[in-house]
Amino acid sequence: MANTAGRMTLWQMLTATRGKNGKLHWTDWVSYSYLILGVFLMFFPVVWLVLSSFKTEADLQRYPPTFLPYQQITVELPGMDGQFPLFEITGGEHEGKTLAQLRRVGLVAQMVDPSNPDERLRIDIADRQPVQEVRLAVENYTGLFERFNFLRFFFNSTFITVAATLLMLLVNAMAAFALSKYQFRGRTAVLLLVIGTLMIPQTVVLVPLFLIVTEMGMLNSLWGVIIPGAATPTGVFLLRQYMITIPDEILDAARMDKASEWKIFWRIIVPLSAPAIAVLAILAIMWRWNDFLWPLIVLTESENFTLQLALNSFQGELQTEWSSLLAMTVLTLLPIALVFMFLQKYIATGIASTGGK
Amino acid sequence: MATDTQTGASAPVSHEPIDASVAARAQTIKVSRDGIALTALSAVMRLIEVPFLALQRMLGINKLAWVFLLPNLLLFGLFAFLPIILNGFYAMTGGDNVLLQDRPYIGAQNFDLLSSCDNFLDPNSCLQDKFWRAVWNTTWFVTLQVGIMVGFSLLTALILNREIRARGFFRSVFFFPVLLSPVVVALIWKWILQREGVLNAFLDWTGIGGYNWLIDADWAFAWTVFLSVWAHMGFYTLILLAGLQAIPRDVYEAATMDRASAWRTFTKITLPLLSPTMLVVLVLALIKGVQTFDEVYAFTGGGPGTATTFIIQYIYEEGFAGAPRLFGLAAAASLMVAGVLVLLTLVQLWINRRNVDG
Amino acid sequence: MKKILSSTTALVALGVAGVAMAPASASAAELRFMCYSDGNECEVYDDVIDRFEEANPGVTVVVDTVPYQAILENLPVQLAAGEGPDIAKVTDLGGLNEYYLDLEPYVDAGYWQESFGGTLDWYRGGADRQGIYGMHSQLTVTGAFVNATLFEQAGVDLPGAGATWEDWAAASRAVSEATGAPFPMAIDRSGHRVAGPAISYGAALFNDDGEAILVDDGFQAFVQQFVDWHEDGTIARDVWAGQGGATYQDAAQEFINGDLVFYYSGSWQVSRMNDQVGDFFDWQVIGSPCGPAGACSGMPGGAGIVAFAETEYPEEAAALIDFLAQEDVYAEVAARTRNLPAHLGVAGAGVSFEDVSPAAQAALNGFAGSLPDIAPAAFAYQGYAGNRAMYGITVERVSQAIVGELTVEEAMERARADLEAAMSN
Repeated sequence: MANTAGRMTLWQMLTATRGKNGKLHWTDWVSYSYLILGVFLMFFPVVWLVLSSFKTEADLQRYPPTFLPYQQITVELPGMDGQFPLFEITGGEHEGKTLAQLRRVGLVAQMVDPSNPDERLRIDIADRQPVQEVRLAVENYTGLFERFNFLRFFFNSTFITVAATLLMLLVNAMAAFALSKYQFRGRTAVLLLVIGTLMIPQTVVLVPLFLIVTEMGMLNSLWGVIIPGAATPTGVFLLRQYMITIPDEILDAARMDKASEWKIFWRIIVPLSAPAIAVLAILAIMWRWNDFLWPLIVLTESENFTLQLALNSFQGELQTEWSSLLAMTVLTLLPIALVFMFLQKYIATGIASTGGK
Repeated sequence: MATDTQTGASAPVSHEPIDASVAARAQTIKVSRDGIALTALSAVMRLIEVPFLALQRMLGINKLAWVFLLPNLLLFGLFAFLPIILNGFYAMTGGDNVLLQDRPYIGAQNFDLLSSCDNFLDPNSCLQDKFWRAVWNTTWFVTLQVGIMVGFSLLTALILNREIRARGFFRSVFFFPVLLSPVVVALIWKWILQREGVLNAFLDWTGIGGYNWLIDADWAFAWTVFLSVWAHMGFYTLILLAGLQAIPRDVYEAATMDRASAWRTFTKITLPLLSPTMLVVLVLALIKGVQTFDEVYAFTGGGPGTATTFIIQYIYEEGFAGAPRLFGLAAAASLMVAGVLVLLTLVQLWINRRNVDG
Repeated sequence: MKKILSSTTALVALGVAGVAMAPASASAAELRFMCYSDGNECEVYDDVIDRFEEANPGVTVVVDTVPYQAILENLPVQLAAGEGPDIAKVTDLGGLNEYYLDLEPYVDAGYWQESFGGTLDWYRGGADRQGIYGMHSQLTVTGAFVNATLFEQAGVDLPGAGATWEDWAAASRAVSEATGAPFPMAIDRSGHRVAGPAISYGAALFNDDGEAILVDDGFQAFVQQFVDWHEDGTIARDVWAGQGGATYQDAAQEFINGDLVFYYSGSWQVSRMNDQVGDFFDWQVIGSPCGPAGACSGMPGGAGIVAFAETEYPEEAAALIDFLAQEDVYAEVAARTRNLPAHLGVAGAGVSFEDVSPAAQAALNGFAGSLPDIAPAAFAYQGYAGNRAMYGITVERVSQAIVGELTVEEAMERARADLEAAMSN
């Protein structure tokens, strides 16, 4: 299975061959080099995103950015309230010591040795370096659950995604079937109209679309997001182009068997289009899950909010709370990443294995 | 004449095994694997079959196509065509009222405003200089982005289609950026490219020396091309991969037997058989390229100056984000863009048809 | 799968039940409050409103926290379609006036007049209009932050009160050279932020008839100076030249990292500086420098809470806003959200902000203290219903002059034409 393949060791990977006798053909070398470069380019930014989501707000703003989340170590001092940051002294008479800072006035810091807290030392601020350790700011994540009804938003997002995807797959597959396997007058016209709607992005028709949905009373309802979302030309176009490649003989044979047209659609066309449907399913899930502009205008009451709306509510007029926003991003990313891992294996099991006999 | 699966399978059949019963068998295996849900689903499907059968008898097979189209056309009519038609009405009205009935009719004034230029190649000579800057930026952007992206997607899909280890893993990796929301994509790369970002830290370390990428118009433009290729390549790779999977293996086997060179196999077999998929990719890439907006908006905001302001950003700022909200002007601009896109797509379809026929 | 299907049906059933039940619950008023946060505002409101709900049985208030984008872009469309919330926190104060509920019949107008004075004008959408339309919940003032530690390291004295923009530019350059801090100065990328300095350079913004003109000699003089400072490296190019369109961009990150000597932003940055600069260096607020025209003006601004005329429960909505406008409640919210009060009584008594360092408290007081320096033109600009268009034009055209797409003269010519086009609509 594809998932186990993902856990192959580098060694196994490198010993995979195209040529015989266990030797790597030069094209294998090129392929693997390309793929490994690709992994770095595609994945490194994502890894960095995940690591950054464990940084504190202050750490996120720091130059130059660090790869791992660091926080300054603090200590408690006997007889004093609060936590005091630790510094390493890099110059002057106390060089090499690790001191806790009490306060800083101008260019001079007042510090003490934690083992001898009574003696106050004066240190030039140019001579100190903060002592840091890797620490995950888990509060970015836990804070999310305290601040809003995470489960509710998660449910709304899931419901919208599942319902819209199922609806879209069914409706689009039916239309694609009609447009690819039937000869009828007006076929080209319908196809052109479908492609025509691709030309105007939703961003542009947001206002008229909003007015239509309002007229239909679907405002502030999850269905107001689900149903308009199912009308995407991309899906019809994609499936239709794939279904064209299915040989007509298969259909003719089934018709000779007196299979009904619906059965031909459901039992032959749909299974044979599995790779394209899997691709479309992944896309549909992703589109609906990440959808932001449309839900933002249709859903105004917080019990209907989706995760994307909650995520973006960290963006104010003048300030953005990056630490929470990143943690939320990672959380919303997880489910679709899992869905993708699951669905991607169907892409490989296409006509190549079932229809080409 | 209810052709149930069982009767269909048990009936003596004379033709080759590619018939309903094979697919049905595959379906049965799936049912046992994926459990109750699919059984329920196929029960629903069998229910739908009843009215369909009646319609089939009434209309005949070819008219039945309209029945298959109906749900989609309904959704499309309401939520895709109607808004576009309304958009057309907005384009012919002025003012900043939201409701169409409150807006004064001004005819083609918006179109005139957009197209009043002394010299179309020089945005500074146009009344709406921002529109024309955006048009030219978009033209350059799409040319570069579509070319580079489709090239790399094809290369990646070909490699992922080979007999390689950990294919599922690599496939996931290349697709992963597609899963990220545009704002996050922009944010990640902004961090990497900023003055004291990761890339400059690396360049300083190698001795090449860093550069303030995003305040240089040409570099900012180059990086937006890179960013958008990075973010969308996986999408097209996936579509191409599905297309490659659809090419029957025996065609290749025959080619191997004929000792055709790899390049010849690619140009004479792979590319022609991939052409329906390639058409999808090219049409979608071109359209989506022209419609590039979110990630670039969050990345450079269209800057420096107007160096990376593309056409949808112009429309968005005129009609939605800016003040006053000139819905009419935005709608007119969007129709002009749509017109150009329709033209380009027709050319693509025409070329494709000629290739297929020839 | 099955589970999802069954919960789907459950939800559909719930939805149907919800519709069926709606008329029955009509006796209890439910108010929808569309709120956005720059920090913790919505949480604090939610908390304070609990007390209002206790005192007014039968009224429930739901705070819907949305992204700022929803307030700016979607709320006007929703209101036009008659589908807005009952109450909202807004920033386009005058621009949305046509949808506001006049609170005057429901509240003690004398108290409101006395407490909010001039800010009531900002919600009226026109200087000659009457009525009470909104409560200014957070007042902001633009002004400069300086990195005092860098000044100390460089041995440069902070220019005193009455120092001009040129004085500060010279001092910041000297500090930057002496300490190696990469940027002497930065100003947020926003038309609102440069309005104060422009006024100090003599911009009138409006003609004698009160019509918006934006560009005049004073305005152009400032833009020229601003562009020159970008050319010679006095001002960080990253902020204005690194973005396009009318996108907002601040330079807080540079300032927090000690890379910036003089940062012109506003009072809302105080809590961020308080939290994120920490012990790294000393910073202080110096208000707005003076211009050659003599004025030392910043810009006022902020957000406010309004009710909409289409609400089903005008009385309750007005009561809620009136509750939030009471001196004790207002003072509490200001302290907890660390915002400057617009309520004159609260401002007079002084607010002790929660969880802030002495430096931040001093900074907030410093901002409050700079209020009297604000020029009348700045107040008029803030209250002008078309100001968002003018801010947008400023940012776009000045940016083009900075990156060299247009000369300053061309940019100002374009800005004039843009404004004319915007006003004719």
